[in-house]
Amino acid sequence: MDMKVRHRHPPLPKQAILDDRDQALITLIQTGLPLSKTPYADLGKSLGMNEDEVMSRLKCLISDKVIKRFGVVVRHHELGYRANAMVVWDIPDDIISELGSCLGQFDFVTLCYRRPRRLPEWPYNLFTMIHGQDRDDVLDNVQLLVESCGLTEIGHKVLFSTRRFKQRGAIYRKTGMTD
Amino acid sequence: MSQTSANMNDLKINIPGELDKHLLNDFQYGFPLESRPFKKIAERLGTTEDIVIDRLQELQNQGAVSRVGAVFRANSVGASTLAAMSIPENRLEDIAAMVSGYSEVNHNYQREHHFNLWFVVTASDEQALNAVLDDIEHRSSLAVMYLPMQEDFHIDLGFDLKWT
Repeated sequence: MDMKVRHRHPPLPKQAILDDRDQALITLIQTGLPLSKTPYADLGKSLGMNEDEVMSRLKCLISDKVIKRFGVVVRHHELGYRANAMVVWDIPDDIISELGSCLGQFDFVTLCYRRPRRLPEWPYNLFTMIHGQDRDDVLDNVQLLVESCGLTEIGHKVLFSTRRFKQRGAIYRKTGMTD
Repeated sequence: MSQTSANMNDLKINIPGELDKHLLNDFQYGFPLESRPFKKIAERLGTTEDIVIDRLQELQNQGAVSRVGAVFRANSVGASTLAAMSIPENRLEDIAAMVSGYSEVNHNYQREHHFNLWFVVTASDEQALNAVLDDIEHRSSLAVMYLPMQEDFHIDLGFDLKWT
């Protein structure tokens, strides 16, 4: 248990203020919109909200960036993007914002997060998820990042996934529903 | 819909038709927030509302579409973290199944590294999150490396799918 990581209470990013009706809407929408002609009205029925309230609350959640993206959520793997790698970078703290922003703008980078180092066993502080049709495609994309963002001197590691044990959308609150 | 032990190479790919390609690619963000969103999409694609709804339902049934809806910013609701474990090969299968068994775990992958199991835990608050991590450590007698997000640099505009 040498590696046991204590201090599990880092400061979290500032949270948006959400009222009970927002929370109820978020819980309900986690499994997606109903595929009906009037999805917002139908969502609202079980929440006691009218269609306008559902849409205006969703617009606020989007403009407050609680919702990062609203639309069709695809599964890369099922669409032929069979390779994915978590590519991790060991970036000096004083330039991480600059390089993180550079990496985060590429469409094949689907996540770009700063996370803490866990020294000595884990020196990497920037995590990117890179998708590709196969391994070479992923590695070409990594090379493109290295060249485009000037990362030749930055240590990195490519962790391909070899098996997917579980994948589904996050469920933040118990609803009794599964997707 | 969780995929249990899906081998990375054993799923077939369906090359989508032209309408499906547009449905998959063109509405990953900026989905219409108006009374009849699928009608709006149908108008843009020159088809009917019924066909759009049918195709999206079919793409969802096939697994190409996870859902039509929201991607939440990490930690904007509830608490979540990436976690990793270094597991001896002969225990990997069992521990991976144990980890997948938590409703709070939504992604769980084997990766090529000495830290060979990587998963995301999401809970209603930090206390609930920590309880899951502690429980996994207790049941496996292995350490869990905990890597919460500190800053998000990603501009999420979806993913430009290419078909060859």
